[in-house]
Amino acid sequence: MIEVRHLTKRFGRFTAVQDLSFAVAEGEAVALWGANGAGKTTAVRCLLNLFPYEGEITVNGLDARRQSKAVRRLVGFVPQELSFHDDMTVAETLIFYARLKKVPDGYDFEPLLERLRLSEHVQKRVGELSGGLKQRLALAVALLSDPPILILDEPTASLDIRSREEFLVLLRGLKRAGKTMVFSSHHLEEITALADRVLLLEDGRLVVDAPPDQLERQLNWETTLHLYMADAAIDPALQTLAGLGMPVSRNGRGLRVQVAPGNKGKVLQALHDVGLRVDDFTVE
Amino acid sequence: MDFENVLILIQKELRDALRNRWFLLYAVAFAALSLALAWLSVSGAGSYGVAGFGRTTAGLINLVLLIVPLMGLTLGAMSLAGEREKGTLVYLLAQPISATELLLGKFIGLALALTAALVIGFGLTGLMMVISGSGGDFIIFATLMALAILLAVASLSVGFLISAAVRRAATAVGLALFLWLVLVYFGDLGLMGTAMVVQMDVGQLLTLALVNPLQVFKIAAVLNLRDNLEVLGPAGIYAFRTYGGALWPLLVGLLLAWAAVPLALSLRVFRGRGVL
Repeated sequence: MIEVRHLTKRFGRFTAVQDLSFAVAEGEAVALWGANGAGKTTAVRCLLNLFPYEGEITVNGLDARRQSKAVRRLVGFVPQELSFHDDMTVAETLIFYARLKKVPDGYDFEPLLERLRLSEHVQKRVGELSGGLKQRLALAVALLSDPPILILDEPTASLDIRSREEFLVLLRGLKRAGKTMVFSSHHLEEITALADRVLLLEDGRLVVDAPPDQLERQLNWETTLHLYMADAAIDPALQTLAGLGMPVSRNGRGLRVQVAPGNKGKVLQALHDVGLRVDDFTVE
Repeated sequence: MDFENVLILIQKELRDALRNRWFLLYAVAFAALSLALAWLSVSGAGSYGVAGFGRTTAGLINLVLLIVPLMGLTLGAMSLAGEREKGTLVYLLAQPISATELLLGKFIGLALALTAALVIGFGLTGLMMVISGSGGDFIIFATLMALAILLAVASLSVGFLISAAVRRAATAVGLALFLWLVLVYFGDLGLMGTAMVVQMDVGQLLTLALVNPLQVFKIAAVLNLRDNLEVLGPAGIYAFRTYGGALWPLLVGLLLAWAAVPLALSLRVFRGRGVL
């Protein structure tokens, strides 16, 4: 559905995205992941032809550069910065963008407003809305013409934890409904919750292209497990894990263990085998 | 090009103008000052009748020369750069519209808003003159208004070029104000001073004057009021003798060029830059 070939974007001497190639299949959710400045937002903006770039991007066979209007008709965009006209009401904003998106006259906004829980806010000015509500409004605008593709640039970056969870629930629903998604994020939990594939960007280059559950292995990440147990069990557990060659140390009410990718279960199993009970654990 | 998109953006721009403090301030200031001018001309000086009309329209020329370019330049400068700075430009251009449609929609919308402000200002002044019995030639008054609108559109066009080229709204407005000062300064004092220092001949002086849209407006406005340009001195007389009947279309053509060329350039710059 989306094909990006050798995408490069330079700002003067600075190369924000370098030779990036990937494809997104219909119904797939692909995350652009990386630290700030990795090139995620630039790549997203190139998909929408918001500035000149080198390379080729096609969406449903349409050239994103030459047929950018037709491409944007297929795409709903949720930006990183909540950038509406603050003096317009929610209703005015929806009507304005609906007209630009050629939504037919007589379109019933109510189901969309209900779905995104915006019905009670339609007469409010956009400037009066909270960050979470603005983000829901952005999603409502993106969904106006029921586009098959959603492009989201750090969609939860400005949200608190609760709003982020609510927003992710909405996005998961849209994914289940068959929307193709490309989204950028630097939150791992967002990516694991939503993405079928993760493209890790570093300094504008694609470093890893993998499903979320294979990221640890591909990146050879060590995970830190914090195990919480009864005081009497701490020393025997320490000896058991050290005896298995695992890097382990005491940590307050329990132990801290460095675990190789895919081996978290082995730690718990080893302690279970010698009869030591783990009350709780956290993963870092 | 999709003209429906342009129309949607024109409507939005008109609505935004009514909520724009700067636009409202300019519109009210222009209406108030032109009314004050008319009142002073017809009552304070005791010049009723045709003399009052002439005095008012002459005063209006100077008022237009000061305020209208300021309105056009600053509002134009704030337009794209303001949207860029707020982040709304990214969002607008992510919709199924082209950069050309966006720029044209914003430009025409603002031009119509400026036209409305000028029509209200001129209309109130004209009404006051008619009521006070000092109404003169309607055609002259309407032509002056049309020239003022043309100057407003030309200034707006230059403002848009600044706005397309500059990233920050504050920088764009600063540049617009500087340009306004230069154009006003070169209107009279600068032109006279330069002519004396470099000992320009009258032809060069006229050419230099015609480069400045404010001077073009002034010459056209005076030509509209009188049958000759003697009041503008040697350069005016030279212009009248050299171009004769072609002077009027030349002046209007120059104002139209000032409206069209910077707009075309701003479109080129805007399309090249994208949302940057």
